[in-house]
Amino acid sequence: MTPSRTAFAAILGKDLRTELRTMRSLPAMVLFAITTFIIFRYGLDRTTLSGSLAGGVLWTTILFAAILGINRIFVSEQEEGGFDAFRLAPVDRTVLFTAKAAALFIYLSVLELIVVPIFAIFFLDSASGLLPLIVVLAGANLGICALGTLISSMAVNSRARDLLVPLLLLPLVVPLMIAATSATAPLLEAAGPSYDKFGTWLLVMGLYDGIFCLVGYAVFDFLLED
Amino acid sequence: MSSNRLKALSIATVAILVVGFALVFFWTPMDADQGFKQKIFYLHVPLAIVALLGFMAGGVEGFRHLRSGDKRHDLNSYVFIHLSVVFGVAVLVTGAIWAKASWGYWWVWEEPTLVSFLIVFLLYCTYYPFRYAIEDRDQQARYASVFAITAGAFVPLNFMAVRMAESVIHPRVFATSEGGLPDSMLFTFLICFVGIGLLWLLLVKVEMAGKQASGQVSRLRRALDPEAHGRTVGGRIAPNMETP
Repeated sequence: MTPSRTAFAAILGKDLRTELRTMRSLPAMVLFAITTFIIFRYGLDRTTLSGSLAGGVLWTTILFAAILGINRIFVSEQEEGGFDAFRLAPVDRTVLFTAKAAALFIYLSVLELIVVPIFAIFFLDSASGLLPLIVVLAGANLGICALGTLISSMAVNSRARDLLVPLLLLPLVVPLMIAATSATAPLLEAAGPSYDKFGTWLLVMGLYDGIFCLVGYAVFDFLLED
Repeated sequence: MSSNRLKALSIATVAILVVGFALVFFWTPMDADQGFKQKIFYLHVPLAIVALLGFMAGGVEGFRHLRSGDKRHDLNSYVFIHLSVVFGVAVLVTGAIWAKASWGYWWVWEEPTLVSFLIVFLLYCTYYPFRYAIEDRDQQARYASVFAITAGAFVPLNFMAVRMAESVIHPRVFATSEGGLPDSMLFTFLICFVGIGLLWLLLVKVEMAGKQASGQVSRLRRALDPEAHGRTVGGRIAPNMETP
């Protein structure tokens, strides 16, 4: 049996290489996010945002952009027979879950690396809240990745793939989004960042991430059986 | 379940519900603060608790299905979730009626329990399109079980997160510092709770019996004419007790 670490590195490397060569997901996610900012600018009729409004716009945009990526993470496996090949390989099956979640985590991080500074340029008066925001972004990414990978692998084998991912994922991430926006809002206040209940919300996010990483890890085996 | 036991269960359910609601209207004292409209709690709260327990039980059955591969657990999981969604509609309607009577609005966003319940309800509504979108029967059962487990773990988390985000204005009837309900109210509430629980159980059993009967019918049909009915069952969406 191939050690899990080797298999993990192989799958993750393959995914990142494919993404670098084909550019199927990331550019679309970035473009989508920037266009959404413009729509919010006119929809809300504001040129600067702060506090909970800023947090809401940022997280709505990131979440919907993430769904574009989540829709696609298993599509190539499904279409090109990657699932069958993986089933034949002598590796632990949950490796596919961790590798795909890690790939998604990297996509989301790159997306945020590009999109959050643009958000700051568009809407924020000061960038001083962005540094602590990294912790919130990382915490929320982890939860989105664990659940997104699980949901995507469930949806990809159904008839209504693109429809099901947002339908299933959105209610499931509501608690995560509550925690993320509540932690973000005081950071983006016009008067400068404050840390009102910051630790509590990070703790909620950590709990959420922990539970759904474990759930995903535990049930993923059953999604690969054939 | 035999038809006799089903009959006995229905009689017990009706009797307990009638006694419960008779107590609600003729015996329990009027709430000093809320007055008559408080009485909807004897219906609303048991419905909500039973629905949430049903969702969690669906998750447990999903887990057992994955562990054992026994299709019966998947059927249980489906029926539990299905009936809890039906109860969920009643919870949202009775909750909205109470909110209108008490606060003057049909919907109150500051109310964490209301909002959490809506989110949970919406999540479980996606169970149907998800299940129907998978054609292969074994795969459908497995995926539905994974959904039931994930959603079951989600229910308590969601309540916690939403509650933390909102002010607390939902009445906390059991855990107030003054010691909670008077005995007569608590007793009546428990009777109503048992009644609603039995109603849920009865509906579960009825649905199971229906599925068993339809499974038997298509089995007999196939035995009579294997040519014509060999492939007719593929279109059915919900699981039933058929064995090939």
